[in-house]
Amino acid sequence: MSGEKKIRVLVAKPGLDGHDRGAKVVARALRDAGMEVIYSGLHQTPEQIVEAAIQEDVDVVGLSVLSGAQLTIFPRVRNLLDENNAQDIILMGGGTMPADDVQELKRNGSAAEIFTPGTPVEKIGNWIKEAVAGRDA
Amino acid sequence: MEKYVQGILAGDKRSTAKIISLVENDGPEKKRVLSQLYPHTGKAYIIGVTGSPGAGKSSLTDCLTKQIRKQGLTVGIIAVDPSSPFTGGALLGDRIRMQDHALDKGVFIRSMGTRGSLGGLARATKEVVRVLDAYGSDVVIVETVGVGQSELDIMDVADTTLVVLTPGAGDHVQTIKAGIMEIADIFVVNKADLDGADKVKTEVEGMLDLSCHGNGWRPPVLLTITRTEQGITDLIDAINRHKAHLESTGSFQQARKERLRTEVLEVVEHVLRARIHKSVEASQDIARLVAKVENREVDPYVAAEEIISVGI
Amino acid sequence: MRDTGVEKFKAAREKWESEFNSAKQRPVKYETVSALPIKELYTPEDITGFDYIEDLGFPGQYPYTRGVQNNMYRGRLWTMRQFAGFATAKESNERYKFLLSRGTTGLSIAFDMPTIMGYDSDHPRSFGEVGRVGVAIDSLQDMETLFDGIPLDKVSTSMTINAPAAVVWSMYIATAEKQGVPSSKLTGTIQNDILKEYIAQKSWIFPPEPSMRLITDIFKFAKDHVPKWNSVSISGYHIREAGATAAQELAFTLADGFAYVEAGIAAGLDVDEFAPRLSFFFNSHVDFFEEIAKYRAARRIWAKRLLNKYGAKDQRSWLLRFHTQTAGCSLTAQQPENNIVRTAFQALSAVLGGTQSLHTNSMDEVLALPTEKAVQIALRTQQIIATETGVTNTIDPLAGSYFMEALTNKMEEEAERYFAKIDELGGVLKAIDKGFFQQEIADAAYEYQRDVDSKQRIVVGVNEYVDENETLDIEILKIDPQIELDQVARVQKLRETRDNIRVKETLGNLRERATTGDNLIPHILDCVKSYATLGEIIQVFREVFGEYKEKPLF
Repeated sequence: MSGEKKIRVLVAKPGLDGHDRGAKVVARALRDAGMEVIYSGLHQTPEQIVEAAIQEDVDVVGLSVLSGAQLTIFPRVRNLLDENNAQDIILMGGGTMPADDVQELKRNGSAAEIFTPGTPVEKIGNWIKEAVAGRDA
Repeated sequence: MEKYVQGILAGDKRSTAKIISLVENDGPEKKRVLSQLYPHTGKAYIIGVTGSPGAGKSSLTDCLTKQIRKQGLTVGIIAVDPSSPFTGGALLGDRIRMQDHALDKGVFIRSMGTRGSLGGLARATKEVVRVLDAYGSDVVIVETVGVGQSELDIMDVADTTLVVLTPGAGDHVQTIKAGIMEIADIFVVNKADLDGADKVKTEVEGMLDLSCHGNGWRPPVLLTITRTEQGITDLIDAINRHKAHLESTGSFQQARKERLRTEVLEVVEHVLRARIHKSVEASQDIARLVAKVENREVDPYVAAEEIISVGI
Repeated sequence: MRDTGVEKFKAAREKWESEFNSAKQRPVKYETVSALPIKELYTPEDITGFDYIEDLGFPGQYPYTRGVQNNMYRGRLWTMRQFAGFATAKESNERYKFLLSRGTTGLSIAFDMPTIMGYDSDHPRSFGEVGRVGVAIDSLQDMETLFDGIPLDKVSTSMTINAPAAVVWSMYIATAEKQGVPSSKLTGTIQNDILKEYIAQKSWIFPPEPSMRLITDIFKFAKDHVPKWNSVSISGYHIREAGATAAQELAFTLADGFAYVEAGIAAGLDVDEFAPRLSFFFNSHVDFFEEIAKYRAARRIWAKRLLNKYGAKDQRSWLLRFHTQTAGCSLTAQQPENNIVRTAFQALSAVLGGTQSLHTNSMDEVLALPTEKAVQIALRTQQIIATETGVTNTIDPLAGSYFMEALTNKMEEEAERYFAKIDELGGVLKAIDKGFFQQEIADAAYEYQRDVDSKQRIVVGVNEYVDENETLDIEILKIDPQIELDQVARVQKLRETRDNIRVKETLGNLRERATTGDNLIPHILDCVKSYATLGEIIQVFREVFGEYKEKPLF
């Protein structure tokens, strides 16, 4: 047990909508991949998400966005993380969004990766493991 | 790490969170950091919240936090959920109930997985309490796993332990029999608007009538409804009364002394055990002796005495 | 069957069995999308004890397995009702007038998320969500604008609103009153199904008990003042979208229906005073026969229970009338044109299952709000089914199929098993409190995803027949941020110009009444008419009733 580092992930659900099917399936899959997954619950503001990420000292924040507000939410969370000295926390996400938006968010550095519907959940877990290992290397 | 220690003492959340991770992961600098923080601990009052699944522990913690904050005190919360014994992963969902406090500068919430520990708390809970204490939390609330097993570890951590019951859970009488009678300083019958709350209260009072209260404290049985925050101020009063009782009778210092003594001995045991394991694995002599035991040449006691006499 | 017949049957069956067992079989799982195993063949042996009159009856006759009307689609086709949302009351009003000028008589209103969650447009939580997925309604003023020039005695209005249903409905009644239309003439539906919010859709505000009280207040007020209104649309759609199986959708939705019936009775109403005004809303997923069986079983279960358990005497109380929407969760972002085909099959099963109205999804809805072209194809799909395929010529054409009847029975059995379990837990509210439904659905969703990931279940274009070089070229509807700013300004101006003393009075009175057992609808109406905002009224209830907090279930 000694010296073991566990990957901690905050799965967060911004927006007023209640579509949490994807977030919960992913949370459960990451648990089964050996991670500690903190679930924020529904209706979270960017401020609440960032506070939780910091207090829980997570390695990764995953945002599940189905409200169409991706272009405002990802940059806002990224900025708040940076402002709070948490540049090392990896921000990624998933949800229903057009490819252009995904490209834009990855290009401007708001999101390290975004998974759209149809992605096998195992792929998400593997991506996180590699991203955290890459960061800590 | 130095800057994080300074950060904690200056009340910085990010530093506190980082040090908690260090403690949880049993990192190499843990011992040094904890001893630097130790002089700054011992001020926080520690409340334990335990009870069966679905009793409303997180909601109760949420309500308590709200009331305590109204008194101007700061709160640290440790919420423990079970880790999977197979994958080591965990789903930590207690925060959901407490998100109203997410932006409150006076509240720090940390979710922990049990990581193999069986007594209802995470292995590092005691140490994380200390970090939150050093960080400046006036009150630290520790919420146990609540999977219905005997969760006695909380006794070694909390000054006041609340046992949360709920009507209609069906298991309350068994739970009481299973030994939580001993750990409760206060009983809380939550969801008291459901049928049968009074019955639960009566049952618990009945059991309390039968047990002795050596230290002069008879645990009160309170009714709460977290949804409407009914009974929460009474609960706070009861906690304060328990605290006053502990202080006036000297049991507070006594109990804390007792816990520290236990902790020191635990650490000694832990270190010795680790040393023994290490030398057992390394020593040829021991391997030879164990082989003899296997061949029925000597019995385990004789072999053990020989090992100890040789010195390890 | 006579003895010789039985023997002949047995001999033939055995011959076939031995031939079948030595024949080739593709090594795939033979089960429905809900993981229900399906046999290779169904015969009379699978429906032993089948009794035509008892199990099916004739259309429009108890137990209504074959349909709620005696003439079904020969009399009137199902209503092709496409649900849509628009930014502000003014824009929506223009759209409704356009639709009405083209012969529409029914409006279907989508509200934006802040309205659904009981926040005014200028609340911090509303930021970025005003007018996005539907129209923003902050006060009676917006409702007046929404129906400006539309006579409310001439249209039937369906409103998809749940937690704040009592407030929005009151605004509708007040708007009618201002037009000089008495509430007794109003027709339409409010979704008003709060139980499925806790179970699946998660747009809740208050805890279940006070929410149920608001619903029974609506039942009572409707009975006396708005008798032609459908006071609740009990919805399985969202339960299915959250990941439930067909049997779970059926069982949980009907269980919710029973809970409303029981709540109405407990509130002192006679079952026949409100049960005829209950309607349902189901999902149509991609497993063709399973869905049809689900609808048939739903009608039979409802009729039996209303008669036998709740003692309803009015035949209209026994009828399960329902709206259907094709399954949004079955659509794929990959090769979106395939969604047209999926939707067509789903629409067909809803029609073969005897739906009263139908919404077909557009192929691009999984990516963004639908384009006009996509919406048109979706509507045309319904029209092709109605006019070209011939399926409307005869009523309940699959009745008597060994497979269909066995599957319908199976659906009923599965539902009954769930009802027993729910009873054991102490009823729907207790089961919600214990997280029963939520956990069942989360488990089903997780299992499904695992099957897809491991290719135990094939989704065309996603885990098989994948087009590696696919690039998506979809037109995206951009929302003008000015819409939100305008709406915020409107509600803030209202707060300055209205009679604030009167607002304070009515809200104070509502707060007082909320703590008593009074019917709250008349008092909500007073608030609404004084131009108190939706957010202000809901805030009173938040303070009196508390807020529901979600359970950490995965």
